[in-house]
Amino acid sequence: MRRAWGLRTYAIIYLVFLYAPILLLPLFAFNDAAIIAFPLTGFSTRWFEQLWTTQALHQALRNSLFIASITAILATLLGTCAARAGTMPSFPGKRGALGFVMLPLVLPEIVIAVALLIVVRQVLDLNLSNWTVIAAHTVICIPFSIAILNGAFQNLDPSFEEAAMDLGETRWGAFRLVTLPLVLPGIISSLLICFIISLDDFVIAQFLTGSNPTMPVYIYGLTRFVDALPLIMALGTILVTISITLLIIAEYFRRRGVARAGFKDTGGFL
Amino acid sequence: MGIFATSPKARAAALVAPPLIYSLLLLAFPLVAIVVISFWTQSGLNLDRTFTTANYREIFSGPIYIWGNANRWGVLPLSIFVSATVTLITVALAYPIAYFVSFVVAPERKSLWLFLITIPFWTSYLIRVFLWKVILGYNGVVNTGLIELGIIQEPLNVLLYNLNSVIITLAHAYAVFAILPIYVALEKIDRSLLEASQDLGENRFTTFLRVTLPLSVPGIVGAVLIVFIPTIGDYVTPELMLGSGGRLMSNVIQTQFLQLNNWPLGAALSIITMLAVGIVSLLFILLNRRWLRGRA
Repeated sequence: MRRAWGLRTYAIIYLVFLYAPILLLPLFAFNDAAIIAFPLTGFSTRWFEQLWTTQALHQALRNSLFIASITAILATLLGTCAARAGTMPSFPGKRGALGFVMLPLVLPEIVIAVALLIVVRQVLDLNLSNWTVIAAHTVICIPFSIAILNGAFQNLDPSFEEAAMDLGETRWGAFRLVTLPLVLPGIISSLLICFIISLDDFVIAQFLTGSNPTMPVYIYGLTRFVDALPLIMALGTILVTISITLLIIAEYFRRRGVARAGFKDTGGFL
Repeated sequence: MGIFATSPKARAAALVAPPLIYSLLLLAFPLVAIVVISFWTQSGLNLDRTFTTANYREIFSGPIYIWGNANRWGVLPLSIFVSATVTLITVALAYPIAYFVSFVVAPERKSLWLFLITIPFWTSYLIRVFLWKVILGYNGVVNTGLIELGIIQEPLNVLLYNLNSVIITLAHAYAVFAILPIYVALEKIDRSLLEASQDLGENRFTTFLRVTLPLSVPGIVGAVLIVFIPTIGDYVTPELMLGSGGRLMSNVIQTQFLQLNNWPLGAALSIITMLAVGIVSLLFILLNRRWLRGRA
């Protein structure tokens, strides 16, 4: 173990590379200057105050939160069905069906966005709205939900549920009283991860958003204005703080789920 | 409900149905639609619905998309080159980290390390790309830092608005995708094989080359595919990092749909891109068949 100092040094440099952008974010967000460059000129919260009074931003934030909440619930519901089915006896075509549901993981996001845009506008002739974004986000979130929930369901001993049914519970009662509490941490962590994916997605949102942009689309619009740069930094600081908080909660529940099912923690969401 | 009470297979099928139907409606059907529309043409504001291969002829005959000319590459080969380079660099940088977490870090601290590695990945992608622009820009962090230190006098121009900046940004964005599959493959390796190899006279380095590396190939293949495929579809990074000059395949598609309003051509370009990505990925899997088969 002692001899791996070379790898250890490399790992630390790599972490610095990974974290460099995030660590710079608050530096510029709290910097007084309108130009994003060193040296820093002084502490200021004026960019945050400006965010507080920008109405268009608040509307974008409300849209994003709405879309992300509905997406998280839909994707987790569908993901739960698939993950649960994954642990049950196989029937012809089950592997293919579950594989197809995972397909968005290996499709370029722009292709999904473009394909859905064609269906919504040309085939169905509907207007773009928050719901078209929700429909598309659910497609890309389902595979992540399944990946997280697979862990929860596969760790589960099927004899628990059988025991409950032998003791007189209905199938649904056994699921609700025995299985659901055991996989609940996985469900919560799936909800949070889908929420974050939807909140962060730009490509699909840009294609399918209606007249009210989502948060990333709004930020992207801001990047064209040089004087809006510190605002983006301040906004980014808030978003990163929220994401990291949600992640820590999600990781807490995931670990509790693993511990509850009595299995060794192998780490990681994916 | 009779069949659901007696047959667990029927229950499994009933559970698969909702996600499958959702995916068929919102994924399979749109993919069919994109193929159909690529054989139509745009005439003014309307679509001409007569079947034609005009879009594909335009893509394959002109110099822009495939063939390029003496001065510049076609957009598709350039995009594949950029994605392949990003993939190579990302996976090469990621392997030692995956190796470190799997072989060096104590078991009880592994999930902490994985968590630390995944955090940056979950923070706003757009903001991260944008920050690389700040870091690499003319008045950016790297340039001002190097001038402060007296290493350079004038800011370097080579950092931003060229393919290097695209490659750096994408290598950062997709790091986690590369690390996790390799880590999973390394974790599966039976540690007694390494001891056996050293007992049989290999040193640590040759053990790595002849045992660890070949056994981790499935993870490397997974990492390569999971980085290569989405990077082709990424248009935010080229858009922000290349400025107005260079365009990659995803930018061209985005422009056809959102600005030039030529959806059939955009659809045909998407299909060509998907096919190219698919062919390159399959070739890569075939080349590594030998290593993958042993694990199956």
